[in-house]
Amino acid sequence: MVERRPWLDALSHLVLILGVLVVAFPVYIAFVASTHIAQEVVQVPMPLLPGAHLWDNYAMAWQGERQGSGSHASVGRMMVVSLVCALSIAIGKIAISVLSAFAIVYFRFPLRMAFFWAIFVTLMLPVEVRIGPTYQVVADLGLLNSYAGLTIPLIASATATFLFRQFFLSVPDELAEAARVDGAGAMRFFIDILLPLSKTTMAALFVIQFIYGWNQYLWPLLITTKENMYPVVIGIRQMISGGDAQTEWNIVLATAMLAMLPPALVVMLMQKWFVKGLVDTEK
Amino acid sequence: MEKQVVFRSRWLPWALIAPQLLVISVFFFWPAAQALLQSAQQSDAFGTSVQWVGLENFHNLWNDASYLASFQTTAVFSLLVAGLGLGLSLLLAVFADRVVRGSGLYRTLLIWPYAVAPAVAGVLWLFLFSPSIGIVSYLLRQNGFAWDSLLNSNHAMALIVMAAVWKQISYNFLFFLAGLQSIPKSLVEAAAMDGARPWRRFWTIQFPLLSPTAFFLLVINIVYAFFDTFAIVDAATKGGPGKDTAILVYKAYFDGFKAMDLGGSAAQSVVLMVVVVALTVVQFRFVEKKVNY
Repeated sequence: MVERRPWLDALSHLVLILGVLVVAFPVYIAFVASTHIAQEVVQVPMPLLPGAHLWDNYAMAWQGERQGSGSHASVGRMMVVSLVCALSIAIGKIAISVLSAFAIVYFRFPLRMAFFWAIFVTLMLPVEVRIGPTYQVVADLGLLNSYAGLTIPLIASATATFLFRQFFLSVPDELAEAARVDGAGAMRFFIDILLPLSKTTMAALFVIQFIYGWNQYLWPLLITTKENMYPVVIGIRQMISGGDAQTEWNIVLATAMLAMLPPALVVMLMQKWFVKGLVDTEK
Repeated sequence: MEKQVVFRSRWLPWALIAPQLLVISVFFFWPAAQALLQSAQQSDAFGTSVQWVGLENFHNLWNDASYLASFQTTAVFSLLVAGLGLGLSLLLAVFADRVVRGSGLYRTLLIWPYAVAPAVAGVLWLFLFSPSIGIVSYLLRQNGFAWDSLLNSNHAMALIVMAAVWKQISYNFLFFLAGLQSIPKSLVEAAAMDGARPWRRFWTIQFPLLSPTAFFLLVINIVYAFFDTFAIVDAATKGGPGKDTAILVYKAYFDGFKAMDLGGSAAQSVVLMVVVVALTVVQFRFVEKKVNY
């Protein structure tokens, strides 16, 4: 604090509280709507305080027992699909990247720099700009409607490899030297020394990649046609496909609340790693 | 930068790098090559014959009024998203940087929208602004403003801009706050001793020192508006009314998967790739040189 300016402090708090309220408003309204019966939600104006049907709506959504138009898949199943996908993408990316970064930093072999640049190029092109051909590859491999098809194409990216490369380059050479003097091979050094040192980097990456995986939309939209392979984000979209009149908004918004919960918890509870991950991945 | 100490093995590095190479060749290089190839081909409606057309697909895009309109839509959309997103989050970050007590709490309460899926963000805002049942559109109507995002394309654009900005504020906020907190307190204090008031201190010290952060965020926000907002558009407006909110990524998807114009869609993908590469180059060239005074 440079000097005392009580009115400016008050203004700061006022602006921040206003900001927090505006940011929270859509979610609050969604929560309120998810606790009423469908007829009350479509009344204009809808109620602004939570109703008594919280448990009923969430249980109905979870089991997929609803009458409205659109998809009737169970949200419980969708949450499982989303969880499997998010975890596979996060863990798969970290695993293949840490290995290839280790190879690039700690070994000299022909074509090393060529591989490095090949991986670098993938940084630039998100799935969104090559959807058509990637879809055909996945279809040709028979991976439509499978976990492999949902996750592996999204693992093909270089951010994590770069992060690990940066980190490995900052690890003192003395550690590898000492390991070699003690007669440890490359893999021993990797498992006993390098991996434990990389824990925070991994945690940070995990948070970012988990959210990335959980929130995927375009890719699963294309390659899942069976209800039992919908991630929850796609499930919501299929529920509102009928238009305003037929949509059971209370169930849709209950599903939306459920879909937001895991990634929001990850961000709030692992905030330290989340911030580190964001800052690191964008360097 | 290179390691001085390295391990020696003939096969181990290949085995270590193999999984990543396999994944990027099958799901990245092969499809990217296919996109280039398809952009020079045209197939008939039933997919029975394919013929080489060279640059005709690109030529068609250039002459296609709806494609140029989509470019314009994307430009308007990304400028609005980047401008509003950066402005609002800078405002919040400046005040959060001032506040001594509770700044951690404010941060926690402001960053969570980052975790919300873009499609869910689209659905939440659609529900608020739905012309028939939305609570906000009801309030607007009460105050004499006829909101209809289903028919009025400006309203539809406003809807997706709000949803996109809402989701991105947390990200911008975090980076602006980190940038502000890394400015040495002594600079601000020295200016205060010289009698500069907060408003003046902001414009002459903090804002110039934030310019690298701001420029970096500008590029990130434009990339975000171009490529990561597909889900918001698809959930909130489906590119409508008409094609008035069909941004480039949405159009590439629609033409390729709904209208089955594979060649045209591939040509659009190639154009998008060029845009991404250009933005990445801009980012690397200019963000590294600090945009500082």
